[in-house]
Amino acid sequence: MADGAPHTEAREYEQRDSIAKHPLLPLVARGVDFGINGQRIIDDVSFWIGSSGRTVILGPNGAGKSVMLRLCHGLLKPTRGEIRWGDMSVADAREQQAMTSQKPVMLRRTGNDNLLHVLRVKGVPLGERQALVDAALEQAGLTDLGGRAARDLSGGQQQRLAIARAFVLKPKVLLLDEPTANLDPAAVRGVEELIGAIGAAGTKILMTTHDIAQAKRLAADVMFLNQGRLLEHAPAMEFFSSPKDPEAARFLAGELPA
Amino acid sequence: MMLCILMRTGLRTHETIWGHRRPCDRFSNMNESSSAIGTALSMIATLDADLFEIVLLSLQVSLGAVAIASVIALPLGALIALQRFPGRRAVVILLNAMMGLPPVVVGLMVYVLLSRAGPLGSMGLLFTPTAMVIAQSIIVLPIIAALSRQTIADLHEEYGEYLRSLGCTPMQSIATLLWDGRFRLLTAIMAGFGRAIAEVGAVIIVGGNIQHSTRVMTTTIALETSKGNLALALGLGVMLLTLALSINAAALVISDTARRRYG
Amino acid sequence: MRSKTNSSPTTFTRLVAALVLGVLAIASAALGEPRSIIVASTTSTQNSGLFAWLLPQFTAETGIDVKVVAVGTGQAIRIATNGDADLLLVHHEASERKFVSDGLGLARHPIMHNDFVLVGPVADPAGVRGMSEITVALRRIAESEQIFVSRGDDSGTHKKELEIWTASGFDPRPASGSWYREAGSGMGATLNTNGAMGGYTLSDRASWVSFGNKGDMEILLEGDPPLNNPYAAIVVNPERHPHVRVREAQAFVDWLTSARGQAAIATFRVDGQLLFFPDVVPDGV
Repeated sequence: MADGAPHTEAREYEQRDSIAKHPLLPLVARGVDFGINGQRIIDDVSFWIGSSGRTVILGPNGAGKSVMLRLCHGLLKPTRGEIRWGDMSVADAREQQAMTSQKPVMLRRTGNDNLLHVLRVKGVPLGERQALVDAALEQAGLTDLGGRAARDLSGGQQQRLAIARAFVLKPKVLLLDEPTANLDPAAVRGVEELIGAIGAAGTKILMTTHDIAQAKRLAADVMFLNQGRLLEHAPAMEFFSSPKDPEAARFLAGELPA
Repeated sequence: MMLCILMRTGLRTHETIWGHRRPCDRFSNMNESSSAIGTALSMIATLDADLFEIVLLSLQVSLGAVAIASVIALPLGALIALQRFPGRRAVVILLNAMMGLPPVVVGLMVYVLLSRAGPLGSMGLLFTPTAMVIAQSIIVLPIIAALSRQTIADLHEEYGEYLRSLGCTPMQSIATLLWDGRFRLLTAIMAGFGRAIAEVGAVIIVGGNIQHSTRVMTTTIALETSKGNLALALGLGVMLLTLALSINAAALVISDTARRRYG
Repeated sequence: MRSKTNSSPTTFTRLVAALVLGVLAIASAALGEPRSIIVASTTSTQNSGLFAWLLPQFTAETGIDVKVVAVGTGQAIRIATNGDADLLLVHHEASERKFVSDGLGLARHPIMHNDFVLVGPVADPAGVRGMSEITVALRRIAESEQIFVSRGDDSGTHKKELEIWTASGFDPRPASGSWYREAGSGMGATLNTNGAMGGYTLSDRASWVSFGNKGDMEILLEGDPPLNNPYAAIVVNPERHPHVRVREAQAFVDWLTSARGQAAIATFRVDGQLLFFPDVVPDGV
């Protein structure tokens, strides 16, 4: 068991946050390491997230953001340290979460059937499925495209479909890995609007991005990750106006490769 | 019109393969290959009841074997692709090696099993189409399993994280992968069918090549060859090839159309 | 598993159901014929077309379906020994008598006969044409080291050939692979091989006459008494194999040895030639 104490600044921030009444929160990481083949990718990360607002893991390419997200989702196991969601282990919490990847996994079916797949796996009664699918497609602005082969959709449409699929059962937590990487500005706007709407409806969103502007638009709090280490965790306003960590400051100034 | 003339010439020396009358033209076997196509065409055109019976049984046996083998081999291939267990590599190697299992050996094994003197003798299955289906299922199973394992493994590379994130049970994962890989898996199934329909070693041993009962196209070809009716045997061979070709082409067209629709 | 599978379950279920039904249909079609018997017989009776001539007549009269597995005599006897056939119809007297004396079969019923012929190239490099004794002819072939293709498959014809070699006082086995070639195949395949090699071989007359790929082979010697080729039928002993359909098998034997059956054998011709001569009613026509 790691003895790493939560970051002081994060604790201060969370203590000011009074609306946290979420079954899977707080998300707590204690002294988490992760390595492959002796190479350390996540290095002694600890944090404490109590807010149900949108948390953005920000950092340059190769910082370990995606790995951190997968550790939180339980797709990867820490080589050292522990992560807990409220009272639950990562594995138990995963049932109330959904995740999307940077390159969305599109089943070789129609958009509609991609969403139905989730409902079948989760054992939703047959009669209730289509209504849920229709609602999710509508929210994602994909109502007219539900009958198309998912893999024929554009990049932005695919990402929105992936988010709709992740959100179709209204999970408590949505984990989004670089949801707008490689998308054109119009598509980015569509995806961000969808994320905004989902977050506003009370779903905790934990997402990664290397895009500073996007983090500014979406984040309630920011975790700045570089070279596997969590260098700063602060409310977005604080982080962007006066970053305490010098590397974060350099990153915001455009001096680190995004 | 041209077809009719071709058929007539093909038919000239071989009025019937099945009856007791024997064509005995000394020169009947000149130009084997050219008359083979004529013979094949005439056989298809006339399609007498006996030939129809043989073609039908060939299809029944081979499609039946492929269907049974697929029901077992597809989930098995997927399971081996997905699950990590001790000895997995050995299983994969074994499976790949079994793709080359000689039909004669399989035939012999099934023969020994089904013979009245064997452990399953009381079922009385030897020299029946069921015995042929069993033998061909065994021949085809490793082919479909090994090829589908590869297909499923490739697809799982892509789907694996999504399926784990969703919390799919192994059964659910396998079902998803099999369904989404269905068009590519068709290739594996077709490879199995090709092997089954072309196979003679096993069916002649366990089926006995009994007329009106267990005679299929390949055993007929073997029989006609041994009777010296080479043009007829070649004609049947051309027909077999055509049949396999059409079924493969049909499968490909269906799968391509569907693939365009579902990605 | 609840309704959790993701492939369209109805399609899949229907496919499996259709498949199982199909297999059951095949199986039941095979099992659901109480009035059918399996006869283990030789390639000569099958390939000549004799069975295709006889069986429809017998089935029309009795309603019993006869399924013929045509293999070499040796293998036919093994099939019958295992109880995988109801009736044996082969052509090697010594083996047949042993089969009966070993308690594997009931009585041996002579049915018909024909004869073996020595087939070789028209050019006849060994010069055996016109000889009257088969033993002398084989010695000549051996001494001139002309190719001789043996069945080599433990069939009735193969056994007969080996007996003739023994009678000739010459053992060809040391020459196996040089001029003496063992095909390990049925009569037809052996004739094909022999034709391609331009060699000599021993064939039963029925297989030879009905063979469609004679090329430049022809009969060089025939009519010597040792070349007689009798066929007999034996019902498999039900004490060994209780499932044997003795009644139906015996009905077939009775029919073959009856005046009608013998007449049917005597009217079977290929190219106008009589291939099998009835044994029980010599003038059954």
